[in-house]
Amino acid sequence: MNRIFATKAGSDVYRLRIPWRPFSNDAAPLLSSQNAGNPEKGSEAKQYDIAIVGGGMVGLALACSLASRPLTRHLNVAIIDSNPALGGKHFIKKEDLPDPRVSTITPATISFFKDIGAWQFVEQHRHAYFDKMQVWDYTGLSYAKYNARDADKEVLGCVVENKVLLSSLLSRVQETVLPKKIYPSRLNSMSILPNSSSSEVDSTLSMTALFTHGRLAKLELEDGNSLYAKLVVGADGGKSRVRELAGFRTTGWNYSQNAIICTVEHDVENHCAWQRFLPSGPLALLPIGDKFSNIVWTLSPKESSEFKSITEDNFLKAVNHALDYGYGPHPTPSILGSSDLFSWLKGGQGVNLGFGDASTLSSVISEGIAVGTDIGEVSLLKKYEADRKPANVMMMAVLDGFQKAYSVDFGPLNILRAAAFHGAHHISPLKKSIISYASGEMRLPLFA
Amino acid sequence: MLIPIFVMASSMFLAQRRWFLSLPRNLSNARFFSALPSEHPVSVSGPQNNVGPESNKFEKASSAPSSLKEPELAKFSAIADTWWDSEGPFKPLHKMNPTRLAFLRSTLCRHFRKDPLSARPFEGLRFIDVGCGGGILSEPLARMGATVTGIDAIEKNIKIACLHANLDPTTSTIEYCCTTAEKLVEEQRKFDAVIALEVIEHVADAAEFCKSLSALTAHEGATVVSTINRSMRSYATAIVAAEYLLQWLPKGTHQWSSFLTPEELTMILKRAGVDVKEMAGFVYNPLTGRWSLSDDISVNFIAYGTKEK
Repeated sequence: MNRIFATKAGSDVYRLRIPWRPFSNDAAPLLSSQNAGNPEKGSEAKQYDIAIVGGGMVGLALACSLASRPLTRHLNVAIIDSNPALGGKHFIKKEDLPDPRVSTITPATISFFKDIGAWQFVEQHRHAYFDKMQVWDYTGLSYAKYNARDADKEVLGCVVENKVLLSSLLSRVQETVLPKKIYPSRLNSMSILPNSSSSEVDSTLSMTALFTHGRLAKLELEDGNSLYAKLVVGADGGKSRVRELAGFRTTGWNYSQNAIICTVEHDVENHCAWQRFLPSGPLALLPIGDKFSNIVWTLSPKESSEFKSITEDNFLKAVNHALDYGYGPHPTPSILGSSDLFSWLKGGQGVNLGFGDASTLSSVISEGIAVGTDIGEVSLLKKYEADRKPANVMMMAVLDGFQKAYSVDFGPLNILRAAAFHGAHHISPLKKSIISYASGEMRLPLFA
Repeated sequence: MLIPIFVMASSMFLAQRRWFLSLPRNLSNARFFSALPSEHPVSVSGPQNNVGPESNKFEKASSAPSSLKEPELAKFSAIADTWWDSEGPFKPLHKMNPTRLAFLRSTLCRHFRKDPLSARPFEGLRFIDVGCGGGILSEPLARMGATVTGIDAIEKNIKIACLHANLDPTTSTIEYCCTTAEKLVEEQRKFDAVIALEVIEHVADAAEFCKSLSALTAHEGATVVSTINRSMRSYATAIVAAEYLLQWLPKGTHQWSSFLTPEELTMILKRAGVDVKEMAGFVYNPLTGRWSLSDDISVNFIAYGTKEK
């Protein structure tokens, strides 16, 4: 592994104060290469405009988005992902059982998918729109039912399996004319040098020289290939290698929660989403279409390991009990199928934030190209950061707030929560705002 | 914010008749902006440093046959190294740049009937960036497909511009020359679009300068000039606020008396044979820190004109 750390560059004729550090406001270690002088081994390294590390849902969504914009559809894009499914056409058979990994797609993401031309592919496979939500907590004191019509919408969201999203995006990207190349490998190392000037006046620099002057990033893959790119996008998930290599610091804390996910089949179609807040975490049921529903049950690590080993019947009994047990009125469906505001907020939002990031990044790049900016320029990426950082932080704060509020089973706090719940349920402008925010359409006024 | 307060303060100040004389003139610690084309003899490109700190460099260069002002050159020579430092003395220009480019893109695409959704709409067109400085405007224009020539009166600027442009294959084709508009007129060069942004306020004879710009414009070509308006508001913002309070620009960068009003600019361009077709203002939003185009031409403004014959 080539882990490379930075040293400050020597004296330059001029240098930008901020060498290429797109996302951090913390001091990220600059990466300087000890390999800069080495000749490329193996095949010729190629140069790309954008290298997307990670060909998952968000990485492919970015590629589709670039392909759908007139100003960016000529950019050379490299997608680096070792998943073999990216190589060929990915067929999902209708008879396949649903995957337990699903995502709840907000209306904002649905319109993003429509803009990039991928939603038509999603609709060809299993997917489930839902327009109702029911939420209640373990005390039974709070109960809320949300309907899409409260906010003048048709749907509150759509639940889609991750494999369906991935294959839809892949199909779309393959049919576009975006000049792309998929590298079926993992990223080994990445080097970016600080910006410096050229000492030659009358020549055009070669790729290696451009890299030495900090204009290109060099990526080395595990299969020995190398490539250069003006812009590197890390779309490689929570344990992002790109983030690790670039040295971005993150702040986070452990929730001590695990989740059990599974799929259940039922007799009747369901368009409602259910969630119950328990002290250990929420239990959610999301319809995924074709009379299947997905269960996401967040538990403490101890409980979840207990559940892993019990039989199917006992598990179903446990789920039913968790949904029913309690006090106060709540409709008992004969089907297990529900989703709710908060699981929709919690479970769904992760990937929706990612799609929001992809959409913003591609529009920032497009605007940059319109005014002739070099896409590797820091100013462009600062615009992206200014747009997405508050949105992401806000959403995380909201969800964290919920998690913390529900984790404590304490009388007065329960009543307070119940009051808030009822308020949200009965005060219609508030309800409308909540639905709009969770749908991804409204940003909190602070960041409007 | 601060601006209204200072508009009021400065309008009271301006009400006294002698305000003009108390304008800061002693530019002894001068480090200024400029990038001026001129006909000044070759010594212009030589070491300007010794011209710097002398008092009252105000007199128009009456001996110079050109439109150039010597002290202006000195100012710019001194900070030539910092052109591409986006946090340095040229920071306001860097921030304003995308907005200027947006105006150029929209008006010139319409003028030359090019597709505004194309990534390189100016392919095949010859542009000249008069007073290009370090190439902040020339490089994006080249990326938009134009064949760009950048000229500047200061050799150091041209050197910096060349070095930076070579860092990107798309911009390494820019032709940079240390020369003046008047010289190019003598060489009978013609360009489809002649662009002189934030230059005319540093020129001694604006009318002559405009005549040169017009002469460089090809038949049915476009001329674009941007500058700062001579108004009370611009005194408060561009001089008092920008140079003294917020210190965005080094003190003495601009001389309020050299600013042109939109009417004056239109008139001198008209006399030079260029019909001003569109004008827009640049407005700064202190909350977001961004510039945007607007109808407000009371401070910074840009004018696009066409040459009929």
